[in-house]
Amino acid sequence: MQFMLLFSRQGKLRLQKWYVPLSDKEKKKITRELVQTVLARKPKMCSFLEWRDLKIVYKRYASLYFCCAIEDQDNELITLEIIHRYVELLDKYFGSVCELDIIFNFEKAYFILDEFLLGGEVQETSKKNVLKAIEQADLLQEVSYLGS
Amino acid sequence: MQPHVPCPLSTGKSKEAEIKRINKELANIRSKFKGDKALDGYSKKKYVCKLLFIFLLGHDIDFGHMEAVNLLSSNKYTEKQIGYLFISVLVNSNSELIRLINNAIKNDLASRNPTFMCLALHCIANVGSREMGEAFAADIPRILVAGDSMDSVKQSAALCLLRLYKASPDLVPMGEWTARVVHLLNDQHMGVVTAAVSLITCLCKKNPDDFKTCISLAVSRLSRIVSSASTDLQDYTYYFVPAPWLSVKLLRLLQCYPPPEDAAVKGRLVECLETVLNKAQEPPKSKKVQHSNAKNAILFETISLIIHYDSEPNLLVRACNQLGQFLQHRETNLRYLALESMCTLASSEFSHEAVKTHIDTVINALKTERDVSVRQRAADLLYAMCDRSNAKQIVSEMLRYLETADYAIREEIVLKVAILAEKYAVDYSWYVDTILNLIRIAGDYVSEEVWYRVLQIVTNRDDVQGYAAKTVFEALQAPACHENMVKVGGYILGEFGNLIAGDPRSSPPVQFSLLHSKFHLCSVATRALLLSTYIKFINLFPETKATIQGVLRAGSQLRNADVELQQRAVEYLTLSSVASTDVLATVLEEMPPFPERESSILAKLKRKKGPGAASALDDSRRDTSNNDINGGVEPTPSTVSTPSPSADLLGLRAAPPPAAPPVPVGGNLLVDVFSDGPTAQPSLGPTPEEAFLSPGPEDIGPPIPEADDLLNKFVCKNSGVLFENQLLQIGVKSEFRQNLGRMYLFYGNKTSVQFQSFSPTVVHPGDLQTHLAVQTKRVAAQVDGGAQVQQVLNIECLRDFLTPPLLSVRFRYGGTAQSLTLKLPVTINKFFQPTEMAAQDFFQRWKQLSLPLQEAQKIFKANHPMDAEVTKAKLLGFGSALLDNVDPNPENFVGAGIIQTKALQVGCLLRLEPNAQAQMYRLTLRTSKEPVSRHLCELLAQQF
Repeated sequence: MQFMLLFSRQGKLRLQKWYVPLSDKEKKKITRELVQTVLARKPKMCSFLEWRDLKIVYKRYASLYFCCAIEDQDNELITLEIIHRYVELLDKYFGSVCELDIIFNFEKAYFILDEFLLGGEVQETSKKNVLKAIEQADLLQEVSYLGS
Repeated sequence: MQPHVPCPLSTGKSKEAEIKRINKELANIRSKFKGDKALDGYSKKKYVCKLLFIFLLGHDIDFGHMEAVNLLSSNKYTEKQIGYLFISVLVNSNSELIRLINNAIKNDLASRNPTFMCLALHCIANVGSREMGEAFAADIPRILVAGDSMDSVKQSAALCLLRLYKASPDLVPMGEWTARVVHLLNDQHMGVVTAAVSLITCLCKKNPDDFKTCISLAVSRLSRIVSSASTDLQDYTYYFVPAPWLSVKLLRLLQCYPPPEDAAVKGRLVECLETVLNKAQEPPKSKKVQHSNAKNAILFETISLIIHYDSEPNLLVRACNQLGQFLQHRETNLRYLALESMCTLASSEFSHEAVKTHIDTVINALKTERDVSVRQRAADLLYAMCDRSNAKQIVSEMLRYLETADYAIREEIVLKVAILAEKYAVDYSWYVDTILNLIRIAGDYVSEEVWYRVLQIVTNRDDVQGYAAKTVFEALQAPACHENMVKVGGYILGEFGNLIAGDPRSSPPVQFSLLHSKFHLCSVATRALLLSTYIKFINLFPETKATIQGVLRAGSQLRNADVELQQRAVEYLTLSSVASTDVLATVLEEMPPFPERESSILAKLKRKKGPGAASALDDSRRDTSNNDINGGVEPTPSTVSTPSPSADLLGLRAAPPPAAPPVPVGGNLLVDVFSDGPTAQPSLGPTPEEAFLSPGPEDIGPPIPEADDLLNKFVCKNSGVLFENQLLQIGVKSEFRQNLGRMYLFYGNKTSVQFQSFSPTVVHPGDLQTHLAVQTKRVAAQVDGGAQVQQVLNIECLRDFLTPPLLSVRFRYGGTAQSLTLKLPVTINKFFQPTEMAAQDFFQRWKQLSLPLQEAQKIFKANHPMDAEVTKAKLLGFGSALLDNVDPNPENFVGAGIIQTKALQVGCLLRLEPNAQAQMYRLTLRTSKEPVSRHLCELLAQQF
């Protein structure tokens, strides 16, 4: 996977994760272009599209669009389920997640993503294992608060 | 909710208000960081987190990096974590900072605290810069295979290493750890396997031989997963599908290799593939879309592997049937993927016929799918499944679709139709009809390449010329016809109008007035083309001479504001009144057949489609084999007058040669015809591209006919006389280092008269500019008789390139404008850096470059005496190192080098095998970039 973007129906970017080196300018350009393209698509359309020499896989959950760019050889359907598993992880951690959770706890959304995907590849698919790692970190956080 | 996060969204009513608030906040944070009081860890974390939030809202952040780096060394986890996140999101290549960051990472990696270690590994994987690679690439393999590393650390280490390897493979040392990495495929922890497979796959792609042992391990792992019950794998089962991500990754890994050689392994694998195909037929275990997606993800990856092997007819046909079911599935996603996957199946000789049986479904999809991206896939599939048996049906369906097609894909459909019509034309009248239909239906999307091509084919095939003339004549009678139709019509009638002149309904005056009725509505380029048609008419039909001269003489032509039109009118008028019938007939002779070359249409489609290029090539491969299977479908008979068999019209099978040397023409062609100048042309024989598209005043003429030969002289040397005629001598001297070069051009005036307005310029045709930068210094506008001026060129190679820049020299000599275009002797091999290597390394690299496209080979007759010393000198001049004791046959030459460009380096290996008895050579080039291999091979083959 080359990058993952989360954006709202209004086109506001909520999370961006880049697995290839790109300049800030290029990132902004890509984001603008893709947000526009994806938002223009109708609900019944297919979740995949060709874009430059990449494949875009996207899915909408409530007010949020999850959008991944994968390479020519990558599997579209499994990417769709990467998105779904990520949503499940967020949901489990936040308890029925909504857009606001991701806005106000963006750092958690990033930490969970890093446990699940690293360098653009799936690292750990077990929901239990990912959440265990995050919960351990949260525990450390509590401890250090108490300590201070 | 975190207390420290600002909440600009709730108040930010307008963009301005938000920016104002944020600027205020940034000023506040800046003052805190700069304040006298040292901030405690908690406050530092709070403000760094705010900065991050502001950045993620889309604002630029230019401070706070130092504070984030400080957080990295905090012993409080939460502070460290925010520090790492900031660094990951906002990397700065500030080297001072990177050193500090690396220091903190180093400490965490050594901490033996798995949570800290993972944080550090995540950071390296997220940043993935070369500096980090230099600092850690050697440590991470150790962490990965260490017996005491925790599972989670191993997982992160594997993917962290993958990221570093992708960014800078040279930094990751191969060694003893690689064998142990392969055995991670056997690890008990599914998460470790999942992470490790990605790393192994990437390593296999680069060094397939070193990792061969992974095949049997991957097969047995896959087999265990595929045969496990849906609950066996506990948390690794996803909606009743056991380990879908791992399965897909394993199937991907196997696609790095040909089918397993070991019969037992192969048998086990085929069993797995069959199991997956069987499961697809079972009723679903859940109605959830996640279940079917996960299951089908494995199925599609299985089909990809089957297609990759392309050796099991039974599996290929089963795959095709499975996809056929999906073609009518209610899920749009599945229909899309089935169409896409079938495209590759269509190129296999085993499944091509099976794919063809779905033609009606696919045509229906083209007509009824509501999503344009699905329709596009359908069009792609029709293109891929097309062969001689169904070409007429497919082309007519695509033409019908074109009438309502989305604007975004019209041009591509036009190209596809044009290619298919040409490739499968049994009779060329069908081809002509199809292209004219294209122009009629979608004239705006018919690019130059398409209509040039129809002209080339009509010119080359005399059996279709009469039909073409008749058809365009009829098409032009439509009250509103597209300008491209006028261009094609004008050209064809100018060449072959005589073939229909016998019919009183299309007598010469009728033809002329029909064309001329369109004249005033057309653009300058088309009008210029029509003027050329008119002068050709004067030759073909003397009875039209008076009328046409009248048109040329009209003030609107002779005093036309457009230089090109005016010049053509003046020159054609003079030509028609001064020249004798014989001269006229010679000058305006019918066009000679065009040299065959790769269809420019196909080239254009490849450019447009990028990755599709490969499929076009596959296509040709399949087509050859297909013809063989069918007992050789009779290729269209080629006529005596056309030099090439029609089967090769697209030039698909031959290595496409560089663009054929165009015939010089241009604004001043008549000056050349009537002067005794050295560049005088015997006949007005323009290629349609050149002649009829009037070059603007800034454009330059095409290179002189000898340009290619002159260029070839300089492939292996850097100095000498580039060009010489009675007036002018051009000498060249150049030196190249890495991707840079400097060239001195010496212009000598051989006459005793001063040259005026002397202006040599360098022109980059096409998009060459993005590949090669040439900076020229101005020279004096006057060159005295007998004098010499020097021009310095600085050259930088940005990317690999195929065509050389052009050098255009213009000046006035005794009142006449002279112009001359040459090819600048800058070829890609000038940026060669020789590389010495031992035989073993050479062969290893040679094997690594074993993809069919990476190799280019030519077998050719010796044009010069076969002298080993001369050959050596030429190869060294070409730029590669000569390697001794590599080839077992001492007669052969082996060389290696690296082409240096700014963007990338291309490693090149070459082997030249002389056969003195047959007076032949075989030349083989292997490089990591396909066009480079081909181009180098062509350049070098011309030297011997």
